[in-house]
Amino acid sequence: MSLQDKYKTLIDTATASGVSNLQVREQDNVLYIDGSAPDGATKDKLWDIYNQIDPDYRAGDLIMNVDVAASSGTKAKVTTESTNLNIRKGPGTDQPIVGKAAHNEIVTLISKTNDQWWLIKTDNGEEGYAYAQYLSPE
Amino acid sequence: MKFIKSYLLLFLFSSAVFIGCKPKDADFKAKIEKTLQASPETQSVNVDVTDGVATLTGEVKDQAAREKAGAAAKDVNGIKNVENHVTVTPVVETAPVVINADSTLIQSVKDATKDFPTVNASVNDGVITLTGSIKRSSLQTLMMSLNTLKPKKIDNQLTIK
Repeated sequence: MSLQDKYKTLIDTATASGVSNLQVREQDNVLYIDGSAPDGATKDKLWDIYNQIDPDYRAGDLIMNVDVAASSGTKAKVTTESTNLNIRKGPGTDQPIVGKAAHNEIVTLISKTNDQWWLIKTDNGEEGYAYAQYLSPE
Repeated sequence: MKFIKSYLLLFLFSSAVFIGCKPKDADFKAKIEKTLQASPETQSVNVDVTDGVATLTGEVKDQAAREKAGAAAKDVNGIKNVENHVTVTPVVETAPVVINADSTLIQSVKDATKDFPTVNASVNDGVITLTGSIKRSSLQTLMMSLNTLKPKKIDNQLTIK
């Protein structure tokens, strides 16, 4: 069975949910799905389907890089496990911490540096880079 | 005689209007074609004009190009209506998958696993290998994060608690 057949439900759902710039490619027995989901709920849905097809992500045959389309000015919620989110001077954990955003706090997205780091601003006016995984665009 | 003359004049005038219709359509067509040809994304669109109604056909790569073709026809003065039958056929991306170099991956994997002290991650030839343990409720968060790093693959050997 080809990987595109194995993950067909996932690919079909991504198409039907309006994931933009969707790319589905197979290379060296790994399937790569890239795209931009219209919202966080769609991204979560795709990850749940991934987990249903490949429980606990054990197979190592899919890399799904689907981000949430968020433009400058979008509000995002801090979704850390429970702790504060570090705001750093530059994009990287080796960069000095210049501020913190509390768990569940709402911050404003200024720009996306890359898939991992976003430049954000808090309501207190603190500005810096935060790890994108802990930010859920509203 | 004067009476006949004015009829004749009216006849001549109206036939000029009738005959004038055809070349006008051809003019519209030429104008629209010129605009369509001017942009690479709308070059594949064909246009026909009948009685001031423009009909667009062909294939383009996205919705923006389809709308652009529609606007090119609508913007011509005298066009009464535009029938846009242009279809959108997205270009299939065949560019190879970009895999980040190990040096980049090592740093970004460190950032992504920082908050998961029980997880060990190593990088070799683009493959991220995960060992150690994790709570099932945290696994998806970790995997979402690692999947954005452009690795070749992720070998998940984590013990799930």
